[in-house]
Amino acid sequence: MDIIADIREFLAGQPAPLILGLGGVLALLSLATALSAALPLLRPSGEFRELQQRLSSWWVMIAALGGALLLGWQATVLLFGLISFIALREFLSLAPTRREDRLIILAAYLSIPVSYAFVALDIYGIFLVIIPVYAFLLTPFLMACFGQTRRYLSTVAMFHWALMTCVYNLGYVAFLMRVPETEPLPAGPAGLVLLLLLATGFNDVAQYVWGKALGRRRIMPTVSPNKTWEGFLGGWVTTSLLIWFVGPLLSPLSGWGLAVVAATLPLAGFAGDVTMSAIKRDIGVKDTSDLIPGHGGLLDRVDSLTFTAPLYFHLLAFFAVDHF
Amino acid sequence: MIRWLRLALIVLLARPLARLLTGADVSGRKRLPLKGPAIIAANHNSHLDTLLLLTIFPARALHRLRPAAAADYFLRDPVISWLSRNLIGIVPIARDRAGTREDILAPAREALARGDIVVVFPEGTRGDTGEMARLKNGVARLAEAFPEAPVIPVWIQGAGRVLPKGETVPVPMTCAVLVGEPIHWQGQRSQFMETLRDALLGLEAQAPPLRWS
Repeated sequence: MDIIADIREFLAGQPAPLILGLGGVLALLSLATALSAALPLLRPSGEFRELQQRLSSWWVMIAALGGALLLGWQATVLLFGLISFIALREFLSLAPTRREDRLIILAAYLSIPVSYAFVALDIYGIFLVIIPVYAFLLTPFLMACFGQTRRYLSTVAMFHWALMTCVYNLGYVAFLMRVPETEPLPAGPAGLVLLLLLATGFNDVAQYVWGKALGRRRIMPTVSPNKTWEGFLGGWVTTSLLIWFVGPLLSPLSGWGLAVVAATLPLAGFAGDVTMSAIKRDIGVKDTSDLIPGHGGLLDRVDSLTFTAPLYFHLLAFFAVDHF
Repeated sequence: MIRWLRLALIVLLARPLARLLTGADVSGRKRLPLKGPAIIAANHNSHLDTLLLLTIFPARALHRLRPAAAADYFLRDPVISWLSRNLIGIVPIARDRAGTREDILAPAREALARGDIVVVFPEGTRGDTGEMARLKNGVARLAEAFPEAPVIPVWIQGAGRVLPKGETVPVPMTCAVLVGEPIHWQGQRSQFMETLRDALLGLEAQAPPLRWS
């Protein structure tokens, strides 16, 4: 068959550690799925529907992300542009808005193609400032142009927060794909993204599992009553170990750089999760939408990534990647 | 031919567009009827409501789905009239002739008699987001004429933010569609309307909050 030969050739063209990494993720997920299918047999009284829903959603998310990573930077930029759009749509739909803000909301969406265009063009200097400086300045100016001064400062702050987390910070993930092949990358640029996504997702799951298993002492009772010290510390240690052992296979990190990433990335993930929880609590909702069965909205899924992506990117740029 | 064109447009164009614009979170999708006669009674804030309702039904029920729409608005222009009748599949309601001796519900009744699913907006017109207007009892008269037809209350949350009355540019915002338990005709119009109103308000209470002013 031609198609099978084509697929084999395509996979052979990918760096081996990337295929191994993706294969490892699929193996982990298969194991978890098999366990969740076996659990009701062991404990017939238990409620496992949400767990199974979560796992089938993970299959879909990993298929989309893995597919984009294998296809290259163009597909990854498009996918993360779409992720930014859905996250921003969820955020602006939850936040307090007014009929007169409709044009600013539209302008906020326009920042997505603009920001991602500089990822596609590989112009790092402009990507760095286009949202944090120029969208930052343009948003309040546009609002002033429309003559809106009611609740002005809080509305401007809401737009700034939305643009920074959903558009700018997530854009870093796509920008990792633009590291040139000439740099010594063990698993290509896709390996850099895979390590970030793997560590961030694994940290979320590990915190959840440790918390379920041992959780006693609440860590932030007023913000996230389900989060515990046990879950936080357990997730931190396991994710650090994962990064320490998997990091050198997927990224050029080693020594001090690797140690700093391993120690800080889980903290950033926790911080992103908790910060978005505080916002949701302020607004009075539990989930940002029902897009992903078992998880809630897309923003619920990527909340930790909005904090881990820029940190990981900057640490990579400082310790191991010359391109930035 | 037109039937297939309509199906293709809804499934391939309207559905992805509605998902992109609104996310279209549907709860209680299993309660949607797949064959008629059945009546869907929804709140109405936006032209988007019809689009949303057309896109949440499974493809195999789409040829049965007939949104009731104001004849004075949708039939006045020949192009819009053709599109409304053939692609959206509206049943026209001559609301400006309500109260005359003309039977303005006749097209809706004919559709129900054919086994169609008729979508009605009992508020009669698009209202402001966050407020449900007084319900008109045409839906009760349809339920009375077809007591075997279930009336399914549907609450659409947030469509008025995406495309409010009087605006022409849609702005993407998340919408939720909540499908309630079917209501059956019990023999009295006022009681029926009260049940329907309570059902719609009950669904609104379950919907994600809108912080829109």
